[in-house]
Order: sequence, then C-alpha cells, then structure tokens
Amino acid sequence: MQQLITQMAEELRHKFGSNVTIEDALMIGIHTGGVWVAERLHQALGIRQPLAQLDISFYRDDFSRIGMNPQVKPSQLPTSVDEAHIILVDDVLHTGRTIRAALNEIFDYGRPATVTLAVLGERSGRELPIQADVVGTHIQLGEHEHVKLTGPEPLRLEVVETP
Amino acid sequence: MRRRNLQLDAQGHLRHLLTIEGLKRQQIVDILDTAESFITVGDQQVRKVPLLRGKTVVNLFFEASTRTLTTFELAAKRLSADVLKININTSATVKGESLLDMLQNLEAMQCDMFVVRHGDSGAAHLIAQHVAPHISVINAGDGRHAHPTQALLDMFTIRRHKSEFAPLTVAIVGDIMHSRVARSQIHALTTLGISDLRVVAPKTLIPTQVEGLGVHVYHNMKEGLHDADVVIMLRLQKERMQGALLPSEQEYFQDYGLTNEKLAVAKPNVLVMHPGPINRGVEIDSEVADGPRSVILEQVSNGIAVRMAVMSMVLGRPPINTESEGAAQ
Repeated sequence: MQQLITQMAEELRHKFGSNVTIEDALMIGIHTGGVWVAERLHQALGIRQPLAQLDISFYRDDFSRIGMNPQVKPSQLPTSVDEAHIILVDDVLHTGRTIRAALNEIFDYGRPATVTLAVLGERSGRELPIQADVVGTHIQLGEHEHVKLTGPEPLRLEVVETP
Repeated sequence: MRRRNLQLDAQGHLRHLLTIEGLKRQQIVDILDTAESFITVGDQQVRKVPLLRGKTVVNLFFEASTRTLTTFELAAKRLSADVLKININTSATVKGESLLDMLQNLEAMQCDMFVVRHGDSGAAHLIAQHVAPHISVINAGDGRHAHPTQALLDMFTIRRHKSEFAPLTVAIVGDIMHSRVARSQIHALTTLGISDLRVVAPKTLIPTQVEGLGVHVYHNMKEGLHDADVVIMLRLQKERMQGALLPSEQEYFQDYGLTNEKLAVAKPNVLVMHPGPINRGVEIDSEVADGPRSVILEQVSNGIAVRMAVMSMVLGRPPINTESEGAAQ
C-alpha cells in the first residue's frame, strides 16, 4: 500500500510540474475511503493547507430513489475555493457518479483554478465521461466481483464476491 | 385499521413530523446528526444543495409567524425546493371541510409537503390523516399542543454547547401553560435522558399534572435556577391568556423576569435560550438577552439546519414497498 501511495504522490508531483507548487494545492478527500487515501497522500506530498473533506450525500443523483443517507458527515472545506488548485481524492473510480457529485459540491464553494483527480483504484463500469488523472492500480474484476476498501488501518483494497 | 403512530411509515421511518412524542431517542439523535451536516451549507458561496430539486413545499400558515415561517422557507430554498406560502387569515374560519377541500386542491397542484402552523391543537394531525400517501406534513406549531422543530433546534443548540444531555440541569421558565414549545421541549429532553428537568412559573401558568411528564416544579425563580446548565425562557403569551392569570407585567418581571442578578445562581457557563419573539423587560432583561450567556440568535440560525434535516429526511425516505406496507397494518 505504501508503495502505491508513494507512486501516486510522484505522479501527482510530475503532473503539477514547475508551474504550480504542489505544497500549495488544496487536497480534498471524499468520505469515507477517499479521506483515508487522501490523509496518506497529503502527508507524502507535504501539502501545507489542512486536508479538506467532502461528503457528497446532499449531491447524489439517486436521492429520490434511495433516500437520505443516514450516516452523512459534515463537509469540511475552506469557505472559498476560488483560484485553488484542487487535488480530489477517492478510493475507487467506478461509475463516475460520485466524482460528478463531488465536482458539483466543490463548485458551490467557488471557482477553482484546476481540479486533478487521483484514485487509489480504477475499475470498469464508467457511466459518465469522467477519468482519473492519477491511478494507483487498475483492477480487473470478474462478472460477480466488486472491489472494496477497508481501513483506515491497515488500508487495503479487496476484491469480494457480489452477494 | 388505524396506524399506531401517524408520523412513522411501516418501516419506522419518519413520514411526517407532528410531535416529539413517540419518537425514539435514536430518531432524535439522527435528526440532530443530519442537521450538523447541513450547517456547512451556510458557509458555501452558493448556499444551496440540490436534494429537493423539483419538490414543492407549501407553507400553510393559519397563524402569524416570522422566525418559523422564514426559516422554514429558507430551509426549503437551501434544499432547492420550490416554496409556496399561503397565509390564511384565521378570522376567515377556514375549518373542517373547507380546510380539507383546500388541501385537495393543493394536492391537485402536485405538492409534496405541507408545513402547517395553526392556532388549534391537532390541526397538523388532522391534515396528516387526510393527505395523499406521497405527501408529508410538518407541524410548525399547533395551538398549545406541539412545536417539534423548535424543540429539535433547541436540542441541537444545547448539544453544540454541552455535548452530553444526561448530566444536565435544564430549567424552562415562564408560561408553561400556554406553550407548545415547552411541551415539545419537555418530551425531547426527557427522551434524551436528561437528569434534572425543571419548570419554573407562577401556579397559574403551570398546567396541572405536569409532574407526570417527569419534570420538577418550582415557583421560586432562584430555587429553580440554582446550578442550572441551561435556562430556557418562554414568551409570555398575552394573546392566549384568558382571565386574570397575572397581576401585571411589571410584577411578573419582578418575580420571573430573567435578570443577571437572578442568573447568578445558575452555573457560570449557563446557556440562556428563548424561542422568540422576546418581550424585553417582561420575561427577560435586555442585558441578559444581549449578554454573553445568550444563544438566542444562534437558535435562529440553527433552526435553518434543523429544518433542512427534517424536510430532507421525511421526503428522502427509502422507497416504500407498497405490498409490505399494506401487510404491516
């Protein structure tokens, strides 16, 4: 796991290049798994601003179908993200709907300069035109399998049978 | 057959919010937790979340209100719902059948929620009994009966300052008799397991058998406030008073008006609360209302988040399997 994180941090540094100092970026983890991954990346990159957290429950597109998430947590973002260079972190990129919701919520806090998406794992099944800029690992899944992140300590990606 | 608790659906989810009575402790805690997440929406540049986009909320106010009506409207708008406000003049005696006729008309306009404020106890229940299955009703105050969202925002405000309810001593002071707020607060505080709940008022303003609700009755202000963690002042409801319940406002202030001097017997970090509107110089001295222990304006802001939580929870229930709901009755 630590190796994956180090490799993702290096790729992020490379992506940012010399134009923007990555230490000044704003890192945002998506609840819950994304926050666990972001905590590690935040430390590895030595980012100065405190880690921000996003709970996308209020921005989901399936509210009218599945209802209110009873375990919603408060989002913790700076009051303005205007002109910020944001690194958005999630655990697994699957349909892309979570990222769509997260982007909408971020834009309700202001107009960031750039948003870079980093995910620990990527699997097939995209339903929206959303791709990650930095991917820790590509996960091949069988027909009746899905991937789950367990953590925060130890942090592990597990492939499990779909019930 | 009649449902045992009108405000819950067959799966036990909140379908209407009519009263605190009958809610389990965990249900109250869930509402407070959800409200905590809505607080940050007020910090966003765009103070809105898209949860109730496309839903229509109707505020039905048969009785005057500023704070409650405004914060319900703001809450609905911050959830991206469309809001319709209907002020019904109470003197027009819109009652009984004509009220239900009006509801049917609103239902025909495809509304999703009624927020009801009415001078008669039980009005919100009556409406909830007659609405179409997809419509939720929230009681925004009915007669002397209940004002559940006010009690919830008070609990939310207390929790933000005191973290735990069990060890607290809370004194509710003033016109308990005419107060739906007090009744809802008493139910909420006892459900949350508070250890010492007191009501402080002259004998004429305390309903009989109030001890049965688990409160201790005091007629002396300084005894009632002794070591209190929270003091909740109630408005003297002149409009609901019939007959000579009080000698005069001046005398009332003398005995039961909250001053810094009387407050000195409470704990040093006591919270002073008031549901508003305040009668300065009648139940509370301006020095206290505007003083460092007062969280009266915080209650107003918290009211938005708490009402957002309630509205999104009653409209955002997991889908109902109609077959199983029918079977459960």
